[in-house]
Amino acid sequence: MIWNQTKECMSRDQMTALQSARLVKLVDYMYHNVEFYRKKMQAVDLMPGDIKGIEDIVKLPFTTKDDLRDNYPFGLFAVPNSEIVRIHASSGTTGKATVVGYTRKDLDVWAECVARCMTMAGVTKDDIIQVAYGYGLFTGGLGAHDGAQKIGATVVPMSTGNSKKLTTMMVDFGATAIACTPSYLLHISEVLASEGLLDQIKLKYAICGAEPWTEKMHHEIETRLNIKAFDIYGLSEIMGPGVACDCEYHRGLHVCEDHFYPEILNTATLSPVADGETGELAFTTLTKEGIPLIRYRTKDLTSIDRTPCECGRTSARISRFKGRVDDMLIIRGVNVFPSQVEAALVEVEEVTPHYMMIVDRVNNLDTLEVQVELDQKYYTDEVRVIEALTKKIGHVIQQALGLSAKIKIVEPQSLVRSQGKAVHVIDNRKLY
Amino acid sequence: MFAKQLTVFIENRAGRLSEVLSVLGDNNVNILSQSLADTTEFGLLRLIVDDPALGKEKLSENGFSSLLSDVSIIQIPHKAGSLQALLKVIDQNGVNIEYMYGLSIKSDKAYIVLKASDIEKVDKIFTDRGVRTISCEELANI
Repeated sequence: MIWNQTKECMSRDQMTALQSARLVKLVDYMYHNVEFYRKKMQAVDLMPGDIKGIEDIVKLPFTTKDDLRDNYPFGLFAVPNSEIVRIHASSGTTGKATVVGYTRKDLDVWAECVARCMTMAGVTKDDIIQVAYGYGLFTGGLGAHDGAQKIGATVVPMSTGNSKKLTTMMVDFGATAIACTPSYLLHISEVLASEGLLDQIKLKYAICGAEPWTEKMHHEIETRLNIKAFDIYGLSEIMGPGVACDCEYHRGLHVCEDHFYPEILNTATLSPVADGETGELAFTTLTKEGIPLIRYRTKDLTSIDRTPCECGRTSARISRFKGRVDDMLIIRGVNVFPSQVEAALVEVEEVTPHYMMIVDRVNNLDTLEVQVELDQKYYTDEVRVIEALTKKIGHVIQQALGLSAKIKIVEPQSLVRSQGKAVHVIDNRKLY
Repeated sequence: MFAKQLTVFIENRAGRLSEVLSVLGDNNVNILSQSLADTTEFGLLRLIVDDPALGKEKLSENGFSSLLSDVSIIQIPHKAGSLQALLKVIDQNGVNIEYMYGLSIKSDKAYIVLKASDIEKVDKIFTDRGVRTISCEELANI
């Protein structure tokens, strides 16, 4: 099934023409409504009239997460708050949230894109779908919710945190689809197995995203639950889940290209690379009103394929992600930068600035351990002093990351000192 | 009188305790009494040795951080109830015992290493009651 035949299957020429027209309009809109962009364009002597088509996009300056942070909270919004109907936020590199705002039309577009993605996975109005992404500032829950509702499916807004209730309702309601992170779904499969409910579920599809997952995990989810699993991609800066999704042929994720123009950039020169080559993914939000972004660098590494897909869609497909340009980690769906841990630890005088983050996946749930060294000055002969310190650091880290971490205090001088570029993370999950 | 206790923070991994002890052994630092406070993640090895300063120095040379802190080593009669009687007094004075460990020697005396929440105050209690407190060196020679 294809949700929007017109948009998803238009010829490449038609798509390019549509993207060109939308980009011209977007640049003009942003120049006149966002001071930050106007100044950025003026700095390189660019006027809206210089952008005549999608091929001119390379003339435009990039946008980064730092730009959003520097203009926190609403500085990059193109409309007054009276037009904004929803706010979402994700964590930024320094603990300051990245805030995005949506107009009523933005929410419609978002629901449209998620509807396309879920339809790609097979969801129809006859399905009962459990949305088990977190509902809140995180885009996952409400994003998936609105898209499934647009299709007309029966939406069960589970949110996260209560696996037992989820599995019970999955059986009792006869849920046929689920939207959640892949690691959470693996966890759910274990809960189902331990409760002996695996043969009682009616689940057919899973739409999983918000964190990178391997081919192996994909296979494991499909075999354990006897379902089809699909990869949905998105990021809050661009919209949320629904920017791209894979179809039944699993030949890359179809981008909703009429709304989000993808570019793959050489990581050294930042100039676009040829189709098939790996580089950093950047998006331009062609139709967004609230907080439109031009050439937003996602830091995700992938390649693009614009050849037609067997499913009938002509939209560009991005490959499974091959890594990140920066050191951002996605732990339990939460974006985490080592610099956040560093900044948090500075406030704890009892420990040295050296730290190590150990990320792992235990029983299919991400775990984070932060190892810190006790400062010589605070060396103690009392256990309770160290235990109180562990608790204190745990609290500080939780505040900074929005994620609980296991704190391990290690011997002074025992953490590896940097020889050049410091290594602060050991990720044992092997996601790429 | 206070005695210097040598404390070493040890991560819970195989062989670590033995490494610490071998540094002391190789340098002829004799352990007179010890206590290992263990938690799931780490241990605090508290040692009474014949030469605490040398112990710290040698540990440091071998990459181990340690701490010298004041504790009391008291001599009490080696008979039932004597420790309890003393603790009762400490208790009545509103002082908490942080930890303690002991060693008994083949004689009529027992020796207890004790760290209280207020070390000056317990020291005075000991003096007032005629409880002998001794140094590491003295303990080594008993």
